[in-house]
This record gives sequence, structure tokens and C-alpha cells, in this order.
Amino acid sequence: MGVKAKLYPKEAARLLREKPGVREAVTGATLHFEQGRKKAYGEIDAEAWRERAKRVKDHLLSHLDHYLELAEKRLREKGVQVHWAEGPEEAHRILREVVARHGVKRAVKAKSMLTEELGVNPLLESLGVEVYETDLGEYLIQLLGEPPSHIVGPAIHLALSEIQRLFHGRFGTPLDASPEALAAVARKVLREAFLTAELGISGANFLVAETGTLALMENEGNIRLSTSLPRVHVAFVGIEKLLPRLADLALFLPLTARAATGQRLSTYVSLIQGPSREEEEGPKEVHVVLVDHGRTTLLHDPEAWEVLRCLRCGACLNACPVYRQTGGHPYGYVYSGPIGAVLDPGLLGLEDTYPLPYASTLCGACYEACPVKIPIPKLLLTWRNRAVERGLAPTWEKGAIKAFSQVMQSPSLYRLFSKALRGLPLPQDLLPLLKAWTEGRGPLKPSPKPFHELWQELEE
Amino acid sequence: MRVALFITCLADQFYAEAGVATVRLLRALGVEVDFPKGQTCCGQPAFNAGHWNEARSLAQRTIRILEDAEYVVLPSGSCASMVRNHYPELLPGDGEALRLSEKTYELSQFLVRVLGVTELGKGLEGKKIAYHHGCHALRELGVKEEPLLLLKNGGAEILPWEAAEECCGFGGLFSVKLPEVSLAMADRKLSTLPQADALTSTDAGCLLHLSGRMGKRGENMRVVPLATLLWEAYGG
Repeated sequence: MGVKAKLYPKEAARLLREKPGVREAVTGATLHFEQGRKKAYGEIDAEAWRERAKRVKDHLLSHLDHYLELAEKRLREKGVQVHWAEGPEEAHRILREVVARHGVKRAVKAKSMLTEELGVNPLLESLGVEVYETDLGEYLIQLLGEPPSHIVGPAIHLALSEIQRLFHGRFGTPLDASPEALAAVARKVLREAFLTAELGISGANFLVAETGTLALMENEGNIRLSTSLPRVHVAFVGIEKLLPRLADLALFLPLTARAATGQRLSTYVSLIQGPSREEEEGPKEVHVVLVDHGRTTLLHDPEAWEVLRCLRCGACLNACPVYRQTGGHPYGYVYSGPIGAVLDPGLLGLEDTYPLPYASTLCGACYEACPVKIPIPKLLLTWRNRAVERGLAPTWEKGAIKAFSQVMQSPSLYRLFSKALRGLPLPQDLLPLLKAWTEGRGPLKPSPKPFHELWQELEE
Repeated sequence: MRVALFITCLADQFYAEAGVATVRLLRALGVEVDFPKGQTCCGQPAFNAGHWNEARSLAQRTIRILEDAEYVVLPSGSCASMVRNHYPELLPGDGEALRLSEKTYELSQFLVRVLGVTELGKGLEGKKIAYHHGCHALRELGVKEEPLLLLKNGGAEILPWEAAEECCGFGGLFSVKLPEVSLAMADRKLSTLPQADALTSTDAGCLLHLSGRMGKRGENMRVVPLATLLWEAYGG
């Protein structure tokens, strides 16, 4: 997808103004997930699990070359065709070859954020391939032509009535059709697609280096169908998605499910061990595309690399009171919410994503939720500091901070400022701030006397 | 025992009563209180917005002003966390920053953890209170039970509030950089606020933001700093 992160403040404001229903839908759904997570964390020693998961990921990331080589070796031993893609161009080339070689006319896709990064759907469409997103939420937004609004719940921003209207126009279902009836219609369409597609595309929750095992988590069964019915399966895997050992899944599968949806385990876990053998059913050809797309650069960034622990569980989005107001679209890239605010600058560069690190009040709820303890508030501060150092802050902000700082450096200026608050004109640089503040909150009401004057009275 | 009061710029200007209450309460508990001259802002607004040079100068200035204190007490969880958690990060290797960090407390935290005081008096008998957990007090300082304990032991009833631990949307510069989102967050807090005799919190910023929004929405409730209620609990 195109990057529109620069528009974040405007888009957030526009969405709040024009589509208040989104706020309602997203708040409701995320609060539900968030309560589920809290309950599920409450059943375990969450602190110990998170600490262990963090350590495993840190170990992996600090020995990534080793584990990538091992994973490649194990995958090849199992008959998987392994490819490396620096970015979208190479990923596209690999996919084009598969499509041409197998005469692919139809593809079914399991939900995958990485394929959103790479623009897999537009590529396939340009090659004349019919693409079906098979996750129900992802299918809905595909019909609407929208990007995902949430990492785990891509259609989290939609109200039932919108889906009813969409299906009414598309499939002729009644405008008051029940969610079950709508799901049944989608199921019928997607079953047909599963049975006729030549190509299945997925991402991966994890790729175990020790055994070359792809692990995929889901609740609908569509991932299992996408990766087992078509005769070719291509999995796109971000290089940070590796785990060292098979035994690590015993921690990461239940922890991810708890963090994401409050489940002890997702309904389906598929562990894929290469193409099917002669006597078995299933894909005859399995490709794993290991994708970098900015991750190596980020790994070598000593102040920002920790974001690569991310499991894409969406727990930080659910916990984030900022994300809840708008959902993911205003963030303008695949990854939204707190994780997007620290991952997107790392993957795309700060210049193209500048306002995102400011899309937070630093409340810390994201860190509390994160299953691998990514210090998101600290990373937000790091990116903000870099933005200031690179001169990306707007002029009014620089002026205001400078004026504020000068006032606070000098007790005499501070006393003057104190008087100004109570009736004298304020410094020009601070006025835009004052205006932005008072519009939604009314005039500032300082105490009749500041405390530093009252202190004299207390001393007497 | 001697305590230096760090009033913080927001409380100095907008909730001066929090300072008066803090001084009276500490004195009533037998603590001597100083108010070191020349104190202004801890530097948090600049720090959070990424302007670390300005934040560093303000931090160094604050450290100089407070370095002789035995304890530093603030009626603000957010500024207390700035000193306690972020000064050492902002000034790595600075021994004075670390020393100041270790002796700095938010008021309720100081009362319970340092003085061991959990009951001030029964002055809040019959009062229904809505308590907003300021995010930095809650998640950075770990101050959660202390204010509730002191209020409850003061006779107050803490009303259940679905959004009590959610951010109010103030966030310093956030409130003016992303005003629409900030206000939507305040609206979420206020739309779930129970009917109470008072809304309170440790932080002047949150209170300023919530009470301002409340006024704009045509709602009316007493919004008051925690320090003031604690002084009322004492019977002041």
C-alpha cells in the first residue's frame, strides 16, 4: 500500500469528524479484546512469560544470521523452495515466476500483514490472477477496497450495518441479514475459491529454525484451507519472525493467543513441514520467501531495534486509548497504533512517517500489554528526539518550546509569565498553543495567586 | 525530617491549592517543609516532545535547585516520574541526577512508603470520589494503591469507574498537537464518569484538561487535586 503516514493528524481529525461510527466500533471491539487479554494474563505469571519470550526473541535477533541459515537448511531438507527478498521487487519477481510456471488464474490468501507491506494483491491482479482474501474480516475490506484497520481484526472499524449494506449490494442479501447469514454467504463464496485456486498464499506467525517448521495461528480455519488445498503454497516470512527451537512454540503460541484475543490458544494452529509426500494430500510445492524490507537496517539501529521482537498480536492497539478513537486508517500504513508509530519510522524512514511517533500520550498501556515487552514509550521518545534533531518539528513547535524553555530557565521571566497568565499579554510563540487548547476546553483558569506567592503567607 | 516541596509549574500556576495543602499536611505530620527558590519546570513537556537539549538544561537547573534536599515531594505523579525515571536517562552518568531521582516522591507515595502513614483522619466521611489514575503515576511510578488507601481511610467512597485507568488524553503537547484525538479521549473518560462529589488525581495536567472539557460539555463537578482531598481527610 502507499504510505500516507504524513497525513496522520489531519486524517485522524477528519475521521473523528466524518465517521464517528468508527470510533464507536473500534472502542467497543478493542475494549473487548483488552479485557480478554487482562483476564488471560491473569491466569498465568504474565511477567515471567513475557520476560522469557523477550529473552528468546533477543537471543534470536542477536544471532539472526545463524538462525536464518539454519532455517534455510532445514526448509530445503524438507523440500521447501527457499527464496530471499530484499523488498517488494524481489518478492514480486518470485511470485510472478510461480504464477507463470503454474498458470495460476486464482489465488486464495491467508491474512498476512507482510503481504500488505509488499503489495502482493495489486501485483497478482496486474497479472490477471483473481485473489481472494479468506479471513472473513480481510475479505470484507477487500470487497470495500480498504486497507486493514487493525493487525488482527482488519475490519474492526466496520459496523454490522455497513457489512449488511455491502453484502446487500454485492450478493443481494436482505439489509437486515444476521451476522450468521452474512458469514454463510461469504463461506459459500470462499469455499468455491478454496477448491478452485491453484495458489495459496500465507504469512507466518513463526518459522522455527531448528526444524524448518512454519507455524500459523487462526480461528476460522481459512488459513489451513489456504495452505493445504491449492497445489502450490507460497509463504512470505519476515526475517524477524523466526524462533530458535520447536520447543519455543510451547511458550509463543499460547502467549500470542492470550495477548491478541485473550484466548489460551487460537482455534487452529497449523504446523507446516514442507510439501506433501507422494501418498499424502496437500500442496506439492511449498515456497518460503524470507523478506527483509528494512528489517536488517532496523536491526543495526542500536536505539530502535527492539521493535523487531514484535509478534503482530495487536495487543498494543487494543490497549491504546489513542488508537481506539480512530482505528488504524489515519496512521497511513500497514502497521498502525503504538507499534506502527515505532515500527513504521524504522521500516520506511522517519521523514516519510514523521508525525506517527507523536500519535501517543506516552500513557504506557501498550508496554503493559506487549507480550515481548517492547519498550514502546521509550522508542516513541527516541523517534521524537530524532525528529527534532533532524529539523522535522514544525516552526511553531520549535518557537514555543524555545520560548517555554527560556521562561522556565529564568525566575524573573517566570514571574513575568505568571503575571501574564493572569491578565498581561502572553509571548506570541505560545499563543497558537493557547488557541488550540482553549477551543475544546474553554479559557485557562489560573489560580488567583500562584503558589510561589502563597508560600510567603505560609511562612509567616 | 525535612522535605523540599517541588510544586511543578502547572500546579504552581493552576492548582496553587495543591501546594498549600501539601505544605499544611506535611507540617501537620511533623515534617519540616522547604520551598527551594527559583524552581520552575522539570522539563517534561520539552522531553516528551523530543526537544532533549531544552529538557536537559531544565533538568540540570532543577537538579541544582533541589540537590541539598533530604527528600523531594511533588503533588504530581507525572513530574515525579520525570525526575525519578527520566532524569537518569536524560543525563547518563550524572551522579546528582541519580541521587535526586532516588529521593523524589509523589505526595501519596511519600506519605505511605516513606512516612508509613496510611490514615490521615476521617474528614472525607460520606464523600463519593472518582479517582483518575494519571498514567505516569500508575505505570511509571507504580502509584496505584497509595492514593486510594489514603482516600478510603479518610472516609471516602471510591466510585467504580470503568475508565479510571485509561489515559485522559492530556499528554502535554499531545493535547495541542492532536487536539481532536485528545478531546475524543477526554470525552470517553467523561462519558463513563460516575456521579461523584469530586473528581481527583495526582496530576494538574490531567485535571486541567478534564475540567476544561467538562465545562465545554456543560457538565459540572468539583475537580480537585489529590493533595487538597488528603488535607481535607486530615481535617484541614
